[in-house]
Amino acid sequence: MPILTLKGISQEFGGLRALDGVDLEVEEQQIYGIIGPNGAGKTTLFNLITGIYEPTEGRIFFRGHDISNARAYQVASMGIARTFQNIRLFQKLSVLDNVRMGSYGVTRSGFWECMLRLPRCRREEKQVTQEAEELLDKVGLLEKKMEYAVNLAYGEQRRLEIARALALKPTLLLLDEPAAGMNAGEKAELMELIYHLQEQMKLTILLVEHDMNLVMNICERIAVLDYGRKIADGRPEEVKQDERVIQSYLGVEA
Amino acid sequence: MDELLTQYIDPYYLRLLILIGINIILALGLNIITGVTGQLSMGHAGFMSLGAYTSAILSMQFACPFWLSLLAGAMVAAFFGFLIGIPTLRLEGDYLAMVTIGFAEIIRVFFLNFEPGGKAVGLAGIPQHTNFLMVFILVVVIIFLNARLLNSRVGRAWYAIRENEIAAEACGVDTTRLKVMAFTVGSFLGGLGGGLYAHYMFFIRPQDFGFMKSIELLNMVVLGGMGSIPGTIIGATVLTLAPEFLRIVAEYRLLFYGALLVILMIFRPNGLLGDVRVYDIRKRWFRKEVQGHANINS
Repeated sequence: MPILTLKGISQEFGGLRALDGVDLEVEEQQIYGIIGPNGAGKTTLFNLITGIYEPTEGRIFFRGHDISNARAYQVASMGIARTFQNIRLFQKLSVLDNVRMGSYGVTRSGFWECMLRLPRCRREEKQVTQEAEELLDKVGLLEKKMEYAVNLAYGEQRRLEIARALALKPTLLLLDEPAAGMNAGEKAELMELIYHLQEQMKLTILLVEHDMNLVMNICERIAVLDYGRKIADGRPEEVKQDERVIQSYLGVEA
Repeated sequence: MDELLTQYIDPYYLRLLILIGINIILALGLNIITGVTGQLSMGHAGFMSLGAYTSAILSMQFACPFWLSLLAGAMVAAFFGFLIGIPTLRLEGDYLAMVTIGFAEIIRVFFLNFEPGGKAVGLAGIPQHTNFLMVFILVVVIIFLNARLLNSRVGRAWYAIRENEIAAEACGVDTTRLKVMAFTVGSFLGGLGGGLYAHYMFFIRPQDFGFMKSIELLNMVVLGGMGSIPGTIIGATVLTLAPEFLRIVAEYRLLFYGALLVILMIFRPNGLLGDVRVYDIRKRWFRKEVQGHANINS
């Protein structure tokens, strides 16, 4: 059974139809790529899945549950984590606190427990800190754990966002152009990191990316969006051969 | 108790210390709402007056024990903080500020026409139960609990809302719930401070809790450093003492007070302790030691 199913998703903003009847099925532990030109609706699709928007039409199912109308924090607590195209870190919090914040959805201690440091809070605090440090180690930021997030270099901020998303212990991870603005070397490094994390943590990853070659390398399946419609999906080799994809996105090679 | 202390301390200074303590409690409450959670509230004096009037009326007319009326005042303020929190959550920044100003004005006008509160004349003859020791203990306990709260799951979520609301939601934070929580806790402290104030001053009037009082409290939080507990404490202390020290310049007092704020904001735009962390100080010290070593070796 697919872990994530989108059925006939449409999204309208005023008169603009940003997405038009998109169907998508993501299998468990897949790296699924979504590509398309600017304004094709990729980020809108992410915002729909993570509950920032509600779809105008269609339904979204995550592990059999209808999450079409769930709020963002509910979606997160179900195990869908994401990163943002335009980085959204908690700038004036430490790197460590950013990652500890990521585990909010999987911890439970409430106001009184936190204020009085009751056993559950103490236990969770210890666990969350330890897990955050492990994650920071994985993305290579452990040494900078006490820096303010805003003081990190651009690429480090991208990795911190991934670490924060992973702190939620997600089953589905949505990465919105994680390599945007990076040079070729950094991109390759990041993709390797994503690939390893997927293997280690048995994640399902939905990945929006512009760079066709990168997507082709690590994704098992790819969907291509254009003007809010899905014009193709399948394995990378198949998509590469698709007439419409070549026309609208890849361009005709000389 | 205070009689004992006044043998060693001038009553004037003792009075200042008590007022500083009360202002610290008030400012820490506002700090949770505005400094930590980032919800601009310009009506904190409204919550203060709710606490002040509730507790004063309870102790004067119903002969309630002091602790009970103090608690009741804080609870009433917290309840109204909760109520105002719900509809204002859809608002942000300037709009929220407008609503909180309006709310505080409604409260003020209400007490201006409230028979048991003495209307515009105010309420006089409130028993003076607040003393230095009590304020001191309360301040210590509140700072302690506040620090624990801010350095925990709930506190981090509050900071996260200030820093980036969408990202906070993506981490699983029910931002609505946490904002209401911040408003409730902050107003509770506002009401508590109000109750202490009423039981120290003998006498309260609606105009003691006007817009200028709200702004004064907001200044303490901003001046000290938004979201920082030590900052808020220093901000409250400095701004309580400033008018006293400025007595030297007599009628130009308010002018100097204003100028002081402008100068401080120019040179420390993030507040006195806005960017200061214990960790950074320690790191700087450590680095100096390392450099010193290198010099000796070379």
